[in-house]
Amino acid sequence: MSTPPLEDKTIAELREIAARYPEPRSGLLPMLHLVQSAQGRITPEGIEACAAILEISAAEVNGVATFYTMYKRHGVGDFHVGVCTNTLCAVMGGDAIFERLKDHLEIGNDEVAVQRQGDSRTVSLEHIECNAACDYAPVVMVNWEFMDNQTPDSAVQMVEALRAGHEVRSTRGPRLCTWREAERVLAGFPDGRVDEGPSAGPASLAGLEIARQRGWTAPEPGATPAVEAKESDA
Amino acid sequence: MSDVLTPVLTDIWDAEQSWKLATYAARGGYDALDVAFAMSPDDVITAVKDSGLRGRGGAGFPTGMKWSFIPQDNPKPKYLVVNADESEPGTCKDIPLMMGNPHVLVEGVILSSYAIRANKAFIYIRGEVVHVIRRVQAAVAEAYAAGHLGTGLNGKGIHDSGYNLDIVVHAGAGAYICGEETALLEGLEGRRGQPRLRPPFPAVAGLYASPTVINNVESIASVPAIVKNGAAWFGSMGTEKSKGHGIFSLSGHVQKPGQYEAPLGITLRELLDLAGGVREGHQLKFWTPGGSSTPLLTAEHLDVPLDFEGVGAAGSMLGTRALQIFDETVCVVRAVLRWTEFYKHESCGKCTPCREGTWWLVQALTRLENGQGSEADLDQLLDQCDNILGRSFCALGDGATSPVSSSVQHFREEYLAHLAHGGCPFDPARSTAWSGTEVSA
Repeated sequence: MSTPPLEDKTIAELREIAARYPEPRSGLLPMLHLVQSAQGRITPEGIEACAAILEISAAEVNGVATFYTMYKRHGVGDFHVGVCTNTLCAVMGGDAIFERLKDHLEIGNDEVAVQRQGDSRTVSLEHIECNAACDYAPVVMVNWEFMDNQTPDSAVQMVEALRAGHEVRSTRGPRLCTWREAERVLAGFPDGRVDEGPSAGPASLAGLEIARQRGWTAPEPGATPAVEAKESDA
Repeated sequence: MSDVLTPVLTDIWDAEQSWKLATYAARGGYDALDVAFAMSPDDVITAVKDSGLRGRGGAGFPTGMKWSFIPQDNPKPKYLVVNADESEPGTCKDIPLMMGNPHVLVEGVILSSYAIRANKAFIYIRGEVVHVIRRVQAAVAEAYAAGHLGTGLNGKGIHDSGYNLDIVVHAGAGAYICGEETALLEGLEGRRGQPRLRPPFPAVAGLYASPTVINNVESIASVPAIVKNGAAWFGSMGTEKSKGHGIFSLSGHVQKPGQYEAPLGITLRELLDLAGGVREGHQLKFWTPGGSSTPLLTAEHLDVPLDFEGVGAAGSMLGTRALQIFDETVCVVRAVLRWTEFYKHESCGKCTPCREGTWWLVQALTRLENGQGSEADLDQLLDQCDNILGRSFCALGDGATSPVSSSVQHFREEYLAHLAHGGCPFDPARSTAWSGTEVSA
């Protein structure tokens, strides 16, 4: 995969991120997300650029870039598929999904599948830790969007749809964008997809639906004074 | 006596476009700001103290008391940081909350920042949830446009109160340890997420060595209703020392996994009743009350009140109310090994007991899961736990020992069965979500 050079526009945006914070170095995590968005991975050039803007050493930036798992030294696919194999998802079928995808894509953990003749997009595969969607287990993430309640078959169908370039929607979110586009959102530059997808998925609403059926609510506020009127209130 | 379920934070989740300001405002959203601005900041702190709200991130520290530790005579700026790094295995409440109701968090941030006299607040969201980050980014932008943030619509402060606040939404980059509050601050300062020595506590020297309050998403989101409805209203839910509502997250082998917002003190038996019970034809084997760092409980604990005191008395911790349910098809050794691999992977490497200890735990558990070794290895496993628990720099190491020691306590026989069997006696295919369908096919 060729790496595009950092454009002046990106350098300006890196400066813009640093300026959001009282101390510029606070911008480093989102800045590294932007480097990934611009170049497809953490590059030596991107590290040098962050270091120069923040007036710290490249070694310090490197130390941060190697600590966090979302930063990639090598390229990932247009669609980075993460299968949760933490205990609950693993038990519910995450292990089987991960094995099936490795087998189907003929790759190991954290690798990019070969782009076959006719594939318009690439996919990569990684096993991930708990992604806070346990009520939808087993969970697969694609470019950090939720694909809830997966099976080995549904996961294979999904990666094939992605490779073919078909539009795929998150089960609880928007149309999937590419990994590099998603990294730009993480850097703090919204992409206009916020209003896609539902308010909540079915499992999120499980308790609320029962409350609605049975007429259960929080207590009426009227029963207690709006604010505890303290003597100190003049 | 309140109802069995008490939707407050989740109440708007079934509304059309519940994440939009218009939807939130139509239900009285941002009304609490004017109530608070008519009060002194100290009185807002007092109201939150009086409500009995305790931290919803797991530790249960009284929120109002935490705020009162901010030294107001310190001339440095004060900061509020929201810990939205939800990563504890099993925990899945803050993510749907921010997806479906981001404005209640933003309103809570404004009220809380006003109380501690902060003019800058940060929402640190784990990076692996892009759509949630979109929703919070948009909610903050809408709040600015409506005059609920910044310097207000007339430049005279929010709602012309003279009080100004800026919020920065910050995406993390993949590190469970950043849920630890001082490691989170390191991440927010652009460094490796390794915990800091305490004292000084963040209230004295936190972000940029300035007084800083760090609160969980659900804690902050609980503040608007407390300010609007009063401390007594909040305290009318829950138990004597664990007041108010909380989101309980049921996952795993239950008929209807999901989010159930109830008064603290509800039991797993009651929650399972609502959720249709354990999956058909199976029995409860073990569960976590609040994520993988809270010691495992079993069917004998079905009637433990799920509040801070009740779960503590049962030998575990309420934690994040992440109720992961495992039935009899699940091998407890496999489950614990997998959690231990997680802790080993996420150990930040700063302190030896955790960095080395979690590595050794994985070695020992792998052997046991494969049926290798002897009963003496079980004692060695517990010895290793003793050398980590209480000797680690932060709670990650302590938490890593919880599933190990509690599983040996409750399921020693099952570990021994692995040795007798010369391997794992369980078929993992039977635990999957689709196992029933395949067997009958």
